[in-house]
Amino acid sequence: MAQHIWLIPALPLAACLLIGAFCLRDRQKWAPAFLILALAGSLALSVTALHAKPWLGGLGSGTDEWSAAPSPEWRLTWLSIELAVPRLAIEVGTLLDPLSAVMLVVVSLVALLIQIFSIGYMHGDSGYGRYFAYMGLFSFSMLGLVASNNLLLTYIFWELVGICSYLLIGFWYRKPEAAQAAKKAFVVTRFGDVGFLLGVLALSKSAGTFNFIELHTIIAQHALIPFFFGQSVFVTVVALLIFSGAVGKSAQFPLHVWLPDAMEGPTPVSALIHAATMVAAGVYLVARTYFIFKAAPAALVTVACIGGFTAFMAATMATAQNDIKRVLAYSTISQLGYMMLGLGAGSALAGIFHLTTHAFFKALLFLCAGSVIHAVHSNDLYHMGGLGRAMKITAATTAVGGLALAGIWPFSGFFSKDAILASVMGSQSLAAGIGEPGRLALFGLALLTVLLTGYYTTRMWLLAFTGAPRENPLCDLEHKPHESPAVMTVPLIILAGFALCAGWFGGPVRWFFGGGHGAESLLVTALATGCALLGIIAGWVRFRPVVAPRTAPAWAGLGRFFADKWYIDAAYQWFATHVILGASLLFAWVDRHVVNGFVDGVAWFTGRVGVAIRRTETGQLQFYALIIFAAAVIAGVVLAAFAAGGP
Amino acid sequence: MSAVPVDFYLALSAVLFAIGAYGVLSRRNAVGVLMGIELMLNAANINFLAFWRNIAPKAMEGQVFVLVVITVAAAEAAVGLAIILSIYRRFGTINVDDVDLMKG
Repeated sequence: MAQHIWLIPALPLAACLLIGAFCLRDRQKWAPAFLILALAGSLALSVTALHAKPWLGGLGSGTDEWSAAPSPEWRLTWLSIELAVPRLAIEVGTLLDPLSAVMLVVVSLVALLIQIFSIGYMHGDSGYGRYFAYMGLFSFSMLGLVASNNLLLTYIFWELVGICSYLLIGFWYRKPEAAQAAKKAFVVTRFGDVGFLLGVLALSKSAGTFNFIELHTIIAQHALIPFFFGQSVFVTVVALLIFSGAVGKSAQFPLHVWLPDAMEGPTPVSALIHAATMVAAGVYLVARTYFIFKAAPAALVTVACIGGFTAFMAATMATAQNDIKRVLAYSTISQLGYMMLGLGAGSALAGIFHLTTHAFFKALLFLCAGSVIHAVHSNDLYHMGGLGRAMKITAATTAVGGLALAGIWPFSGFFSKDAILASVMGSQSLAAGIGEPGRLALFGLALLTVLLTGYYTTRMWLLAFTGAPRENPLCDLEHKPHESPAVMTVPLIILAGFALCAGWFGGPVRWFFGGGHGAESLLVTALATGCALLGIIAGWVRFRPVVAPRTAPAWAGLGRFFADKWYIDAAYQWFATHVILGASLLFAWVDRHVVNGFVDGVAWFTGRVGVAIRRTETGQLQFYALIIFAAAVIAGVVLAAFAAGGP
Repeated sequence: MSAVPVDFYLALSAVLFAIGAYGVLSRRNAVGVLMGIELMLNAANINFLAFWRNIAPKAMEGQVFVLVVITVAAAEAAVGLAIILSIYRRFGTINVDDVDLMKG
């Protein structure tokens, strides 16, 4: 099976090329058929891979353990750099282990359902064919990223998903906001990616390989040859550099600013790329290179702190957004922070478990939002209201997704969130890294996040689906909101099923990953559920149909602070317009006066010398002749003197 | 017939060359300059013949060289006079001091 994993990303690529060749202008309606067939193939292969359990031979004690037999790898040498010391081979290959197998299934399943939904959602768009071509390219890149067996290939796919994200955010490129959001996403993630690239290069330079399994062995044996600092500091630096890539891609503080703007893309794109898969790539990357983080406790603590803080910060922002997609976007940032917190607390299992459940329920929520937007032609929650009567299926599936997001038993989010909280509670590494109070503070932050999550989820659902319809300037009165067609609701129902059930496989998932912690205390569960319920009640009290505001309220105080995104965007804007522009003006001055002045000075000096020497050019023929004679005479005398004095 | 010593030839040639050089460098008239050049060429010719006669009378090179130089001198005189003619047409004078178009 491991030999055929490459087919899983290759199929969507083939679909992308076929769509690009045949369906861009004419025959656009056939475009989804190619991609859906390809993704169905990928899904079938992924499920087979997961079912085959080729790693069962010896996966023992943790997520970061690989067994040699039977080999889970398939690899080809692409380039061999003989001159490098140590010798470096660039490979193309796939790695099939529990982590990648689970991710392959999640990605191909969610991608497939979202493509089916897109048939309905994108219907009638002039870029129908282009949309599916991009989606095919993205599916290829994401599946390749997951299946890759070495860091360099991972990096290549990492950039590929980045460019797909750019293309799809800017899909409606005639809209200035969309074009700007695409640019912002691309530039902001670049900050992280530079760090990631540096980390990859530093690590491969000192280890002599990109391959995950070989890297794991080398780091486990402390056989790294660091070219700066000592072994442990070097590993910490590399881990932090790799994490910076994850911070950019997974929209963690301080690089989270691009994700909410990315909502300018079509909603299924937000569901697939900016909720379920690509933004989770950062979490996946940390889990994939977990052996590096394990060797660098300081880096692991950093991951936990950034994750915990991001989770809380984004949750507060989500409570003050009126755009339904932005609520979900901040919620995504928050949940990604949760996953990072789980990883940082030392439990890759908890992080990936939450990634899996989140992929389902957040994709579901985005598709529901898409369904709602399809009906009312507006993103604004205060243009909605009372939609539950017309859109029963959407309302119900949104409720399922919301409950899963809030973490209510028996929905999937309950189990994965519980796993994360329990791992923070029982984390040895956090206690060692930032002390007992620090760990408790992180735990408290996580609990607060649970509360806020319950609150904003309830708010969103109540504003959209209950009460009397609100005034909607973007939609004429004759146009009654209606339920979306079956091609959109069926994926919703299927995803709702997964959002409900995915958590029940916590046991089996834990078994796949081999072990993990077993002692979620009842206290943690009780606290988490209590907080979630408290949040939901608070949301109900504030936004129940009778008292819910009819129009968007003006934010004041803390709400203003949250609605303005903690002024982080404004701070970046200020930094860009003042500091960077000021520095640019300084550099421009230096360029104009120092660099340019030097060049001008050389020209001036040459000119002055020319003016001085020009006096010797009299134009008098006899003067020249005199010089020639004089020179000949001098030469003759000198030669004669030498001839007389020489040997 | 007693031979004239070679030193006499060389002295004559040196004097002739010096007079020619003086003419080239100091005459204002372009034709005078040209005449100075002719004198210098002939001084060289005398040298050639003197050395040929006294050092290598069997070899032909000395006489051949002189014949070549005379030919070249004739050509040079023709070209030089043509140039002087066109200078005169252009400037209305053949005073070389006035022809300083290449002055820097």
